[in-house]
Amino acid sequence: MSRISAEEVREIAVLARLALTEEEVTRMTHDLGAILGYVDALKELDTATTEPMTHAVPFDCPLRPDQVGLSLSVDEALANAPRREASFFQVPRIVSKGGAGPSEEG
Amino acid sequence: MASLDIKGARIATLAEGVRSGKLKARELTEAYLDRVKTVDPQLNSYLLIDGAGARLQADAIDKAVASGEAVGPLAGVPIALKDIFVTKGLETTCASKILRGFVPPFDSTVGQRLAAAGTVMLGKLNMDEFAMGSSNENSSRGPVRNPWSLAHVPGGSSGGSAAAVAASLCAGALGTDTGGSIRQPAALCGVVGMKPTYGRVSRYGVIAFASSLDHPGPLGRTVDDVATLMEIIAGPDPRDATSIPAPVGQYRAAAKAGVAGLRIGIPAEYFGAGMDPEIDAAVKAAIDELGRAGAKVVPVSLPHTKYAIATYYLVCTAEAASNLARYDGVKYGYRAQDVRSLEELYTRTRGEGFGLEPKRRIMLGTYVLRSGYYDAYYGQALKVRRKVFDDFATAFTQCDAIVTPTSPIPAFKLGEKTADPLQMYLADVMTVAAPLAGVPALSQCCGFTKAGLPIGLQTIGPPLGEEVVFRVAGAYESRTDWHERLPADPSSSSPNAAAGGVS
Repeated sequence: MSRISAEEVREIAVLARLALTEEEVTRMTHDLGAILGYVDALKELDTATTEPMTHAVPFDCPLRPDQVGLSLSVDEALANAPRREASFFQVPRIVSKGGAGPSEEG
Repeated sequence: MASLDIKGARIATLAEGVRSGKLKARELTEAYLDRVKTVDPQLNSYLLIDGAGARLQADAIDKAVASGEAVGPLAGVPIALKDIFVTKGLETTCASKILRGFVPPFDSTVGQRLAAAGTVMLGKLNMDEFAMGSSNENSSRGPVRNPWSLAHVPGGSSGGSAAAVAASLCAGALGTDTGGSIRQPAALCGVVGMKPTYGRVSRYGVIAFASSLDHPGPLGRTVDDVATLMEIIAGPDPRDATSIPAPVGQYRAAAKAGVAGLRIGIPAEYFGAGMDPEIDAAVKAAIDELGRAGAKVVPVSLPHTKYAIATYYLVCTAEAASNLARYDGVKYGYRAQDVRSLEELYTRTRGEGFGLEPKRRIMLGTYVLRSGYYDAYYGQALKVRRKVFDDFATAFTQCDAIVTPTSPIPAFKLGEKTADPLQMYLADVMTVAAPLAGVPALSQCCGFTKAGLPIGLQTIGPPLGEEVVFRVAGAYESRTDWHERLPADPSSSSPNAAAGGVS
């Protein structure tokens, strides 16, 4: 009866890079089902000739001269990094030790 | 000195006092900090109090005034910012665990403009996590309580901003409004709040929730307070490509211009079933008052109103899913420990760092953007958004401003709606259309329920029509005295405070 199954919720969570507990999967299945049921009302409207509106105020992407201005120093940019190494953000290894290919996590 | 009475103080009065030297910015700042210290433990409206920074700013103002130097128009006026505005050197979290410890290296444009005007920034205000919520119960740092009744919510997501202004814990505040997050808490706390035209106020340095819907704006005790703050923060910003290159209006003057000859449109769709009868009566009395003030009241129709909530929640969740993708444990904020892969770093950081409501919206947004579902949900919502916009465009050929209730219900009790997110979303019925259409809208107090809870009156104007909104709001306020009422301090023994204190 729900618009979305627990299996679909798990698939979406993978796409969203979101680790959910089983309890959260159950809750999301219920909540998203209810919300998707509600928003179905939009389908009754005829929009065949309606242009989609992404922004309420039309604007042309403004251009500015390509001039060097003030920007953050490397240290300022890295100041909030949970982990850093030299002038880099540090993340877990993403290639195998031989450096030849990706690890199993991709 | 400590007895400086700041309850209900107006921005213009404070600014004039400091400029003329009659009032010391430092004394004013100390008086507000004292109030925050005694009153806020009951309200939880502040996430961070920057006493040291505020005193430095205040002393600099006093020194400038004493030596005859020019000071800004709002020199010495204590304000506070919703914790969605980044503040250089001060932790900014959006009330989320995932941004815990984040100390931004820059200030928002509006924060810079307020500082340049001489305001003293007291601290950062509580909110629903990432501005997602209508009750302030989604804060990772605990809910804010309504100064009029501690058992009730202040509204959200700018609940801290509205509660702090209502309780005189700052003279004015900034919030953000994506689906009603300035106007609904303003209504529930009995203060004034404006969501300007989209692009009227810069979003630079405002942490993004739904980029095409996010509107920064002011909250204050009176229409003049809000108009004063608008004149400072509005205007184009080269750092925000969506800011509108239009001149800023004379909002304070507009608020005094009256409504003689204005056509006020009343949309029947905003007065339907589900509305609290006390709110219905108060708003209709306010409309009559505007008629007596010289406005011509005309019926208008906004036929797609009933689709606005569905449209809003599809658009905002899609945009939120994209915007919140940046929180991954790499660049700033919370990072999951003991991970074995980059993938696990992302998923566990986000799973552990986000609260339930951001998770729900990321999930919904990811679902509606998914290949195969896009046209049916997000694509259709963008088309209905145009229909909502067209409704306003048509209505504004027949009237100059639209007046409605802000919320169909007064403040509800903490915990009353948390179990059912859809019911919480449905409470936004009267505020979501204006951000979808990008039109300016303001909420002000137009009465109280028998239980003593404030009632909000909403005025909506055409794009860039802030001045007409201020004309209506100012005219109404000048003929009523609801804005003069102040909530009792929660530390006193009012029945509401007692009821709230034990709940």
